[in-house]
Amino acid sequence: MINKTVKNADEAVKDVFSNAVLMFGGFGLSGIPENSIKALLEKDLKDLTCISNNAGVDDFGIGLMLQKRMVKKMISSYVGENAEFERQLLSGELEVELIPQGTLAERVRAGGAGIPAFFTPAGVGTEVAEGKEIREFDGKLYLLERWLKADFAFVKAWKGDTAGNLVFKGTARNFNPMMAAAGKITIAEVEELVPAGELNPNEIHTPGIYVQRIFQGKDYEKRIEQRTVRK
Amino acid sequence: MLNKDQIAQRIAKEVKNGQYINLGIGIPTLVANYIPDDLEVVLQSENGLLGIGPFPTEDKVDPDLINAGKQTITMTKGSALFSSAESFAMIRGGHVQLTILGAMEVSENGDIANWKIPGKMVKGMGGAMDLVASADNIIVAMQHCSKDGQSKLLKECSLPITGIRCVKKIVTDLAVLDVLPEGGFKLLERAPGVSVEEIQSKTEGKLVVEGEIPEMTFEV
Repeated sequence: MINKTVKNADEAVKDVFSNAVLMFGGFGLSGIPENSIKALLEKDLKDLTCISNNAGVDDFGIGLMLQKRMVKKMISSYVGENAEFERQLLSGELEVELIPQGTLAERVRAGGAGIPAFFTPAGVGTEVAEGKEIREFDGKLYLLERWLKADFAFVKAWKGDTAGNLVFKGTARNFNPMMAAAGKITIAEVEELVPAGELNPNEIHTPGIYVQRIFQGKDYEKRIEQRTVRK
Repeated sequence: MLNKDQIAQRIAKEVKNGQYINLGIGIPTLVANYIPDDLEVVLQSENGLLGIGPFPTEDKVDPDLINAGKQTITMTKGSALFSSAESFAMIRGGHVQLTILGAMEVSENGDIANWKIPGKMVKGMGGAMDLVASADNIIVAMQHCSKDGQSKLLKECSLPITGIRCVKKIVTDLAVLDVLPEGGFKLLERAPGVSVEEIQSKTEGKLVVEGEIPEMTFEV
């Protein structure tokens, strides 16, 4: 078994470079690679393109990378809840490509699966369709969308083993599995790292083939955006 | 006029046994409170869950378990968890049978606008474009008029479109209306105390009125 383990987040992100295209798993603040983001913040990086469903909040997640002006372009489906993001967008410092969430998920999936383009009904008749090929199949219109790939993909799992196999928990899975496959170098951080052989092969969500580096994360905050409870 | 809970309560009557349903943020989320106990339905959350349960009690809050509005939730018995790609595969594939969502405008041919207001900060469309492009049945929950009194049921949407020819039914604070395949809003029911004339005056698009229009009734 190939051992993918690296010592910590700093070692995992050591060769990330300015101008790189990065993917970050997570939906809102759930399932985001907290440790990798912290390690990236310590590096002198700029002009990054970040592909992530959301852009964090002002003081957490990718929002922290925006504060440090590391990001040139965001590719996301929803970017509310972030005042610094709004300021940089309105001032023209930040470029943003907004795409439908399912199209984002499928473009990333296609990138990892070797499918250069696909047709989807989402966005037909809207500004998302501008400049894109439209074709009719069985009486309905579809848009041609291209794959997305990244130089580095950062994902976060609940458990992982030294072979890079990953298991996610709850709705923290979200974009993480597709992004793991779409990164040239995929860096996985996990809450619990175990030796190869300890995870049940029947229950692996992301096979280790997609993961180049894995490390045991620490000090997870797991912030909650909307804490809703009943009595 | 209906309040938000009554709009949700009325929409809940459209839910059928055995359906898989996606509820949008706002009034649509409230629909879950009014689905009769004898119906077995499954609520889908596009961030990767089939089987949304009620909000958790304080001791059961889990940051790894949220809905598409980023609220903490629980799971019902028989739930399933999956990735975002799988989630939208089941949406685009037509497996999610009913989508209930809010709107800023609906046109008489069923176009919907609900994601962007020119000149205001654009937050993004999230999953709305995928949902409206795919579900067989799309019901819109919204106020009949905007805050400044403008009709939201229009000949053509003035705001950027989220999806074309997709809305089947609209429940507002004033009325229940079907969007006709040939175009036009067919008035089905009036809110208690609201006249056909008032609905007519507040509907900019083509309103189709045939025969007596009954008043909605609510079981208490």
